[in-house]
Amino acid sequence: MSILAIDQPGRSVLMMGNEAIARGALEAGVDFSTAYPGTPSSEIMESLARVAEHFGFYAEWSVNEMVALEAAAAASFSGLRAIVAMKQNGVNVCSDFLLTVNLTGTKGGLVFVVGDDPSAISSSNEQDSRNFARFADLPLLEPATFQEAKDMTRWAFELSERVGLPCMIRSVTRLSHSRGNVKLAEIPQRSRSARFEGGYVAGVFVPIKHAELHQKLEQAREEFEGSEFNWYVGPEQARFVIVTSGSGWLYSREAVAALGLDGEVGILKIGTTWPLPERFIVDHLKQVTEVLIVEEVDPFLEQNIKVLLAEQAKTLGPIEVYGARSGHLPAFGDINQDKVARALADIRGLEYRARDEQYAQRAGELALTYLPPRIPTFCPGCPHRASLWAIKAALKLDGRDGFVAGDIGCYSLGVGPAGFWQLKTLHCMGAGIGLANGFGQLGQFAFDQPVVAVCGDSTFFHAAIPGLINARFNNSNVLMVVLDNGGTAMTGFQPHPGSGTDALGRPAPVVEIEAICKAIGVEVRVRDPFEVDRAIEELYDMLQDGGAKVMVFRRKCFLVESREKARPRVFVDPEKCIGDECGCARFCSRVFNCPGIIWDQEAKRAKIDEVVCTGCGVCATLCPQGAIIVEEG
Amino acid sequence: MALEKDPLNLIITGVGGQGNVLASHIVASAGIREGLYVTVGETYGTSQRGGAVMSHVRFSFQAQCSPLIPEGQADIVVGLEPMEALRVITDFGNPKTKVIVSPRPIYPIGVLSGQAKYPPVEEVLGKLADLVDTVQVVKTTEDGDTPLAANVLMMGALAGSGLVPIPIGSFEEAMREILSPRDLETNLRAFRKGVEAIRTG
Repeated sequence: MSILAIDQPGRSVLMMGNEAIARGALEAGVDFSTAYPGTPSSEIMESLARVAEHFGFYAEWSVNEMVALEAAAAASFSGLRAIVAMKQNGVNVCSDFLLTVNLTGTKGGLVFVVGDDPSAISSSNEQDSRNFARFADLPLLEPATFQEAKDMTRWAFELSERVGLPCMIRSVTRLSHSRGNVKLAEIPQRSRSARFEGGYVAGVFVPIKHAELHQKLEQAREEFEGSEFNWYVGPEQARFVIVTSGSGWLYSREAVAALGLDGEVGILKIGTTWPLPERFIVDHLKQVTEVLIVEEVDPFLEQNIKVLLAEQAKTLGPIEVYGARSGHLPAFGDINQDKVARALADIRGLEYRARDEQYAQRAGELALTYLPPRIPTFCPGCPHRASLWAIKAALKLDGRDGFVAGDIGCYSLGVGPAGFWQLKTLHCMGAGIGLANGFGQLGQFAFDQPVVAVCGDSTFFHAAIPGLINARFNNSNVLMVVLDNGGTAMTGFQPHPGSGTDALGRPAPVVEIEAICKAIGVEVRVRDPFEVDRAIEELYDMLQDGGAKVMVFRRKCFLVESREKARPRVFVDPEKCIGDECGCARFCSRVFNCPGIIWDQEAKRAKIDEVVCTGCGVCATLCPQGAIIVEEG
Repeated sequence: MALEKDPLNLIITGVGGQGNVLASHIVASAGIREGLYVTVGETYGTSQRGGAVMSHVRFSFQAQCSPLIPEGQADIVVGLEPMEALRVITDFGNPKTKVIVSPRPIYPIGVLSGQAKYPPVEEVLGKLADLVDTVQVVKTTEDGDTPLAANVLMMGALAGSGLVPIPIGSFEEAMREILSPRDLETNLRAFRKGVEAIRTG
């Protein structure tokens, strides 16, 4: 049984931030849940789906974040409690609906969870989604601990119902993907039934609705004034206070302790960051002359606090504010205890040394000069390595300086050595085919380079279909290659409309990619990228005349496949491999770049690393000497 | 209860695919069973795909810690791969750090393609020893190079080393709760092999 379902109120368990959010929804008696996978948010739905059947609520992986939010809103309109989860980019996708559902309002508790990814650890951009709460006039909560992630989520449903608005929760990678103690509470019995009444229409009396929205937001502010998620720790008469939210709370507390400033510096921790609990903040800043704002990514809290300080200048007097604007903390990337401690030390005129200077210098030199970097690559056995090799070879054969417009998924690694530097553009979901539409229309400007757009299967359903329709409609010269590995692999292989299973693992109808392409009216072929020679040949053929076309490279993610099947043994026949005399320039280890193939320095031959190899056998089809042998397990 | 040093900071490091997340999950769950606050900071996402991976695990009897260990503050480092253990030490090590490490290298693609060199493992272990208090080497592959569950074996070594204040029984209880019955026996075997390996040196 999942950790989420443990029915032992009062017990402390280890939970990932995302699991704590999911548990909070369970403890609120959630009825309806939707999401589209995206790091760092995916485990929220994964956790919910695992227990949905047991508790009898609804859970789905939606086709994209827009549909996910709309479906969740429908449940809310019908009086149910609903949660929707997504990563930062998902907010951009669903923002059109978000900026109208704020006007119509909601009925049953609707909780909108966003996982931001400071430092873009697994993202193509860095953004601070809190701006959407201010933009859309929606209440915003920022959990600072695992316990709060659960408790805030539960409370957000109640708040949403009281003010009649979706309530936004902003998590970040360092909370969503970290684990810590969470004390469980009871999971209530659900008894709500759904019924749609009245109307939810944004397009009429818009200015009146906008004014009502502002009133609802004021109501949320009143609730925030007494919220248990806002608190102050430190000396009563502190002149220097850190104001922080979200992940900044724990870093701030540790930085103050590391510098021994517990007796001088207070911390005002705000969990309800839009709209700000103004009276609560002003009350705690009355004696204060200096403030350091600690938050992750944009100076969101900083700017809002500065506005408040300006409005309250008569009451509070002059207060010096440090943060991103003063250059003490970055307005990009993630933060940590060291960054906060350095900022604090700098302002206070102290010295902060993490460790002995000579030691740090020795270690730093070693890191720079001695350690080979380890950049991410495709897993051993990954079909994308073969697909991108085929694309590279076909474009080279074609010889017109063709290039690839990239998209979002594991295959985004194709911007680097893993995919032979083939991807030349990389933006957001669906941008590959969108850009290719434009490149493919440049013929009248003497543009003669062939354009390949790649996208994954999940991305195809999410955002690429309109681009393909546009290419057909306007007759753009585009070869779209769908890298179909059977699931949303990048985020943990969640199912999508082409997978044949739903979020709960039950059989689901399959929406066929090639059937959609046929219906659009474009030529479509389906091939196995592991048959590399044939894949190259057919891609080359398709590049030779104009129009929109689709090649589906279909091969299941080998990480998943290798767990389900016995692994064949792959080895190098030392008689057949002739090492550097071959003239292949160590193709298998040096060029094809699979981490499962290493170079045996002593024998001067290629060698399979059995700890790493997954037995896909693609290298055997590429070795010019036929020296790599695959023995079925 | 009290820790000799609170918080106690542990880093588990390796290469994407080696099972870092499971290893940290086991030791952290075992810690919670002992009444500790435990925080685990992980790296996921692209770093999973053959990149360097680290889990920061922090134990305290006083409060929930932040998910990132500050520079130079690692008390214990468990390296599933020797180069990665050294990499972590350059950022988080200090002269008192204790290291348990598998000597089995996994080569980065930059090394495979000839752009970078992987130094001899003995030399890497020597550099490690220069920077920290103790280095204990634990073999995670058998002589025939048969792959074992290196992540869980190294957790056995950690449990057997006595460096964390968590009894071996709590580790095994945590494994019973986390692992599927299908995987439990193989993993318990690897775990016990690790306990034995560190005790016999």
